Amino acid sequence: MGKRVLLVEDEPNIIEAIRFILNRDGWRVHTHSDGRDAVNVVRQTRPDVLILDVMLPGKSGYDILRELRTEFAEAELPVLMLTARGQMKDRELAERAGASRFMTKPFSNADMLEAVRSLAGA
Amino acid sequence: MSTLNILIAVCATYVIFLFLIAFMAERAAMRGRGHWLRSPVVYTLSLSIYCTGWTFYGAVGNAARSGLEYVTIYLGPTLVMVGWWWVLRKLVRIGRTQRVTSIADLISSRYGKSNTLAVGVTILAVIAITPYIALQLQSVTLAFEVFANEAAAEAGTAIGQAQDQTALWVALGLALFTVIFGTRNLDANERHHGVVMAIAVEAVVKLTALLAVGVFVVWGLGGGVSATLERIDASALGHWQMNGGRWVGMTLLSAAAFLCLPRMFQVLVVENDDEGHLRTASWAFPLYLMLMSLFVLPIAVTGLDLMPVGTNPDTFVLTVPLSQGKEGLAMLSFLGGFSSATSMVIVAAIALSTMVSNHIVMPVWLRVSGGGAKVSGDVRHVVLLSRRLSIVGIVLLGYFYYRLSGGGEALTAIGLVSFAGIAQVLPVLLGGIFWRGATRTGAMAGLTVGFGLWLYTSFVPSFGAGMVFSEALLSHGPLGLYWLRPEALFGIQGMDPTLHALLWSMSLSTITFFVISLITFPAPLERLQAAQFVSIYQHTGGPRSWTGGVAQTEDLMIMTQRILGSHEAQALFQREARRQGLSGDLPEPTPEFLELLERELSGSVGAATAHAMIAQIVGGMQVSVEDLMAVADETAQIMEYSARLEAQSEELSRTARQLREANRKLTRLSVQKDAFLSQISHELRTPMTSIRAFSEILRDSAELAPEDQVKYASIIHDEAIRLTRLLDDLLDLSVLENGQVNLNIRQGRLGAVLDRAADAAMASEAGRKLTLVRKAKSEDFVLTTDLDRLSQVFINLINNARKYCDADNPRLEIRVFRGEDRIFLDFVDNGTGIAAEARDLIFEKFARVSDQRAGGAGLGLAICRQIMRRLGGEISYLAGESGAAFRVILPAEVAMAAE
Repeated sequence: MGKRVLLVEDEPNIIEAIRFILNRDGWRVHTHSDGRDAVNVVRQTRPDVLILDVMLPGKSGYDILRELRTEFAEAELPVLMLTARGQMKDRELAERAGASRFMTKPFSNADMLEAVRSLAGA
Repeated sequence: MSTLNILIAVCATYVIFLFLIAFMAERAAMRGRGHWLRSPVVYTLSLSIYCTGWTFYGAVGNAARSGLEYVTIYLGPTLVMVGWWWVLRKLVRIGRTQRVTSIADLISSRYGKSNTLAVGVTILAVIAITPYIALQLQSVTLAFEVFANEAAAEAGTAIGQAQDQTALWVALGLALFTVIFGTRNLDANERHHGVVMAIAVEAVVKLTALLAVGVFVVWGLGGGVSATLERIDASALGHWQMNGGRWVGMTLLSAAAFLCLPRMFQVLVVENDDEGHLRTASWAFPLYLMLMSLFVLPIAVTGLDLMPVGTNPDTFVLTVPLSQGKEGLAMLSFLGGFSSATSMVIVAAIALSTMVSNHIVMPVWLRVSGGGAKVSGDVRHVVLLSRRLSIVGIVLLGYFYYRLSGGGEALTAIGLVSFAGIAQVLPVLLGGIFWRGATRTGAMAGLTVGFGLWLYTSFVPSFGAGMVFSEALLSHGPLGLYWLRPEALFGIQGMDPTLHALLWSMSLSTITFFVISLITFPAPLERLQAAQFVSIYQHTGGPRSWTGGVAQTEDLMIMTQRILGSHEAQALFQREARRQGLSGDLPEPTPEFLELLERELSGSVGAATAHAMIAQIVGGMQVSVEDLMAVADETAQIMEYSARLEAQSEELSRTARQLREANRKLTRLSVQKDAFLSQISHELRTPMTSIRAFSEILRDSAELAPEDQVKYASIIHDEAIRLTRLLDDLLDLSVLENGQVNLNIRQGRLGAVLDRAADAAMASEAGRKLTLVRKAKSEDFVLTTDLDRLSQVFINLINNARKYCDADNPRLEIRVFRGEDRIFLDFVDNGTGIAAEARDLIFEKFARVSDQRAGGAGLGLAICRQIMRRLGGEISYLAGESGAAFRVILPAEVAMAAE
């Protein structure tokens, strides 16, 4: 299929795991670890699906998402939000920021794959 | 009859002349040309109203009866003028700065502007002065009688009892003069230039008259000075033995009267234009008195020699010239006596009427008229009317007393009764201006006791037996109580009646005044006024007592117009508005202005009434701390108190600052506490995510390369360890925070502990290469503590430097030095350090200042701080270094114990 996923996440082991899972399914996975220039990277990469961690150095995932959603080009981009804090409050924050889907760490690999697939297909 | 007619004509002319003088003086003063009116000479001459008809005629009579005793009457005032000059100066200063209108006003003002006290003094004064006015009427009548008798003898006809009528006419004439010149201005503090001038002229007339008679007696009749002296020596008067007690008593009495008599107060204080005049008066007035007394004895001796036995010696001044056919001289002498009598009545009436009007009529009228201070309408006519009626009333009262007492008593005796009465004010007056502790209650009590005793022992008996007190009461005491006989109180007999009365009333009233003052407590306003009066030279500014802003300036304006008249009130308000820099006519009611206004008004209606009127509009006054500060003696006490207050308020604000600080910290901590759970969650979930993901990969992917399998398995392994470490840290912190930790105290060299810590820290792969700078020598001592825990702190600090030091070549310097009772270990790196605002947060749990994800959970420094606390030391951020710097402090015992 050759669809592209951009993973913005700062934990190296988690990057490695997600990359493995998606690569195996035929996705091309781009990664980025810094929150500060994440918006630019998204613009340049123009991924089919964006996987965005909340706790990023420099800028929170919510802020990045809000910024993306105000841009016309990225308003429709499917975004999967990842967070290590699984509270209701975080889910609400993510929805309000415009997340297409929300997933709590730790996740099952199958769920991750399913989520990315459905986001790309939608 | 011709002499009598001439006399009446001369009298009338003289009165018209006085009217003219007074009128011209007023005119000159109004045009501002009356500089000479304000000369010290005029002031001194005006003081001569002390020498009344009583002294003019009575002194000779007194000398004829009691020899040199008349001198005491002059001695008292002389002593006051010379020796008590400073008392007078103080009185004048107080009178001028406080705009005092009368002695009653002064006393009321001093004792907290109490009107009750003013009323008391006023009543006392009226009662005491009435006989004195009667005395003047009597002296004039007596003088007329002399001429009438002479005329009757010439004509061979008897004259009727025209005396009463004479007295009435004189009284009415005096009242008229006083009303015209005494109530021209409302403000009693504005000088009565006309009256003062007339009095000064009269002073000259009476001195001239007495001197003329004296000269005639000595040189015309006696044949020179030496012959006259011989004659005096030969007469009984020369052999008169003087009674020491009576002399002292009389001198004291006349001195007291000089200070307290309302008319003396009027000329001394109220009419005073310039304090400097007192200096002249202090020698000129005694000189005047000396001249007045110079020829008294020769006249008396000559009179006793020449006149038939039974002639009233009080009239020698007239009868001696008349008997020698010198009618012109006798006429002059008559005018002298007339002047003495009239000037006294005029000034006394002015003084008393001011008191009666200000302290009795006005307060009553203001209350009865209902509206109080706020009603509009000019009250000046009320004040003027009340003064005029008071004048007429007082003069008539004197007349009625004269009628009642029958004029039988010798002149001197009545005068002394009067003196003794008014002298009751002296303790309260002197106490008021010199003794801060004198209170209103004390003054009231003292006056009441003195006044009561005077009435009982002196005033009422002076009417004579059978008039008020029965013969029996006088000789056996009331209800047969022998020891209460009015003229021999407590069984003390044989004493001179005046002296007796004076002794009892003055001593008991003084004692009462002092004792009651000591046991009562002054009100704040009293205290303030006391300070003002007693320390008049220090506080020339008024008491700051009104709280401004509440008063309606318009109301004040309306009230002021009623009392000062619209023109003057407007001028006053405009002046103040200009001074305040305002454009309109109405100034702000500042405390200063209210004070000024009160003083202005008090010049017209007295301190108590003015105070009450302003209080009605302003709504009250408050004695501020500042006012109390002005009370010099109490200042130290107050300073201390205020210092205490200041310290307290400083402490309060310090506490408040600390509380605010703590609150800020708590708020931040609460946010952090809130974040604690989600932080924990995040820190646990992150490694678990890797573990779960890779274990699923390992489980689900059969065709994994062996090296990938190893790689993923070791990730799982590492993350598991990370998870364990995190849990260890949390447990460690929890244990440390709850104080459940067991310390493992051992001995070891600091150098060795640092070596071990450095090795352990450098061993981990995370972080960059770090150069450690140490001085082995400084570390060469033994510690007795939990070495493992201490090492844990060091490891943490070295690790932090490895993780966070952002220099190109990270370097950590460990400086060890020993203070008095503590050991310092500074860990300073060469990075950019930690921002000031973050420094007190870094020791909190999960506080990560840096953006970099450095692998830690943010518990390291929190643990370090807990450890150091357990070890009896502390760890803090060391400000002032360029890089990140931490200071570890250990108590010195840790090292000492081992050495």
